[in-house]
Amino acid sequence: MASTDTGTDTRDTRPRNDLAGLEAGLDALETTHSTERVGLGRILLSKVVPPLVAITLVITLWHLAAASDLKPDYVLPGPVDVWHSIEQMWLEGTLLGYIWTSISRGALGFAVSVAIGTPLGLLVARVKVVRAAIGPILSGLQSLPSVAWVPAAIIWFGLTDATIYAVVLLGAVPSIANGLVAGVDQIPPLYLRAGRTIGATGVNGIRHVLLPAALPGYLAGLKQGWAFSWRSLMAAELIANSPDLGTGLGQLMENFRTYSDMSGVLATIILILIVGIGIDLLFFSPLERRVLRSRGLLTKG
Amino acid sequence: MATTLVKQAAAPVDTAQYAARIDHVSKSFGRPGAQQLVLDDISIDVAPGEFVTLLGASGCGKSTLLNLVAGLDRPSAGTIDVPGGRPALMFQEHALFPWLTAGKNIELALKMRGMAKSERRGEAERLLQLVRLGGAFGKRVHELSGGMRQRVALARALAQDSRLLLMDEPFAALDAITRDVLHEELTRIWSETSVSVLFVTHNVREAVRLAERVVLLSSRPGRIAREWKVGIPQPRRIEDSAVADLSVEITEQLRGEIRRHGQH
Repeated sequence: MASTDTGTDTRDTRPRNDLAGLEAGLDALETTHSTERVGLGRILLSKVVPPLVAITLVITLWHLAAASDLKPDYVLPGPVDVWHSIEQMWLEGTLLGYIWTSISRGALGFAVSVAIGTPLGLLVARVKVVRAAIGPILSGLQSLPSVAWVPAAIIWFGLTDATIYAVVLLGAVPSIANGLVAGVDQIPPLYLRAGRTIGATGVNGIRHVLLPAALPGYLAGLKQGWAFSWRSLMAAELIANSPDLGTGLGQLMENFRTYSDMSGVLATIILILIVGIGIDLLFFSPLERRVLRSRGLLTKG
Repeated sequence: MATTLVKQAAAPVDTAQYAARIDHVSKSFGRPGAQQLVLDDISIDVAPGEFVTLLGASGCGKSTLLNLVAGLDRPSAGTIDVPGGRPALMFQEHALFPWLTAGKNIELALKMRGMAKSERRGEAERLLQLVRLGGAFGKRVHELSGGMRQRVALARALAQDSRLLLMDEPFAALDAITRDVLHEELTRIWSETSVSVLFVTHNVREAVRLAERVVLLSSRPGRIAREWKVGIPQPRRIEDSAVADLSVEITEQLRGEIRRHGQH
């Protein structure tokens, strides 16, 4: 076969059969049509209305229970009483301060957890010895309620911010690391092979193939990590209460409890819920949806 | 196992001699003592610019051989020399990265090859034009049809600018019409570039349709059973009578190879 040194002798000698046109036709037939934009009204109707109805229902039941005097008001205050508690804090100008103290602690703790959990997860996922050594511990730590760390942290660090951050880190780092490990484990081996064949090895392989391929699992881990951060923070704030520490939502709730102010306690619970859900809805859920949609992993409803 | 010399991978004497030299290669898997021989003493030279198909039934180790040539695995004995650097590899699945657009998938291969950032965009567009997907740069992988994905995968493989293109049943999962069109595309692109192709398939007609040389492997272990030079001028059609005639001959031999496995 020494004669075929170039492609010139294998050139098309037949009449040109319109391959380009044929191919364009095939492409047009096989391509899925671009999705239509769903109207804002329909999104509101399908996504916003059902939870609003559910919340209204819960509040109505609560109101009826409170109004029918099943329990005395100091045990079961109605929604109106709780609303007054929130309103009062707002009028005193202290409400946003409490919320901000907790959110800033939560955000800082979460950021540090990401900075620790990410390389840790990568190590566990990629290095066999490390996985064998600390993989089970990391999964085990996830099932340990982080409130269990509070007494130890207080003994180590006293009633300081360090105690609060230590508890947040111990709650969030394992879940972020585990999320990344799960993300890496779920990468189809084909991507790694394809990466190696185009020369993406070593650091390039991690940066251009491994990390982006693991992103959906990693994001799920971050989302859970935030939930754990927020939970741990509330546990820490509830117990680590001292005038030297700023008053966050946890401390606020503990203060209400000492005055047996049930509507204040309930108001704080609602605020904690709103912040936790709000950050998830405003930040993590859209991010996760965007990533999944761009990869075609989200079925359009 | 046949005794084979494990040669030092010496510098190639003349890089123009071959695009790939598979020299007395054997491969076995499993623990020592319970080893299974998958490839037995395979020697194939792929000439520069040549199109070779490796044909065989299940268990002939054709994908294993391709992995060895791609450098994803090491032979148990023998040597493999690919003077043109790391060969490009295309799989049955498109293996495109879903987090990148079609164009960015190609750009990543260009980047890994060391191309300057300023040149990547233009070169990726050119490669997409080559596979007739000029408008698909910004398309996500999931927005493309199966045939289009394989063409982007081909463009990505070509982006490596390797002189050897390894193809592991790249069209097996496509419908017959699309496969037929991609055969024509591949023949066209191969004749327009100087790339050598080592193409693995279990489809006899596909092998004859595409190749200048068909290498038939026997199964368990994979050995070279026979070789055919395909003298039919390109462009061929899969329904051409010359393609059909040679396919009948090769199929007979292939069936004979398969029958041997039922005789004990």
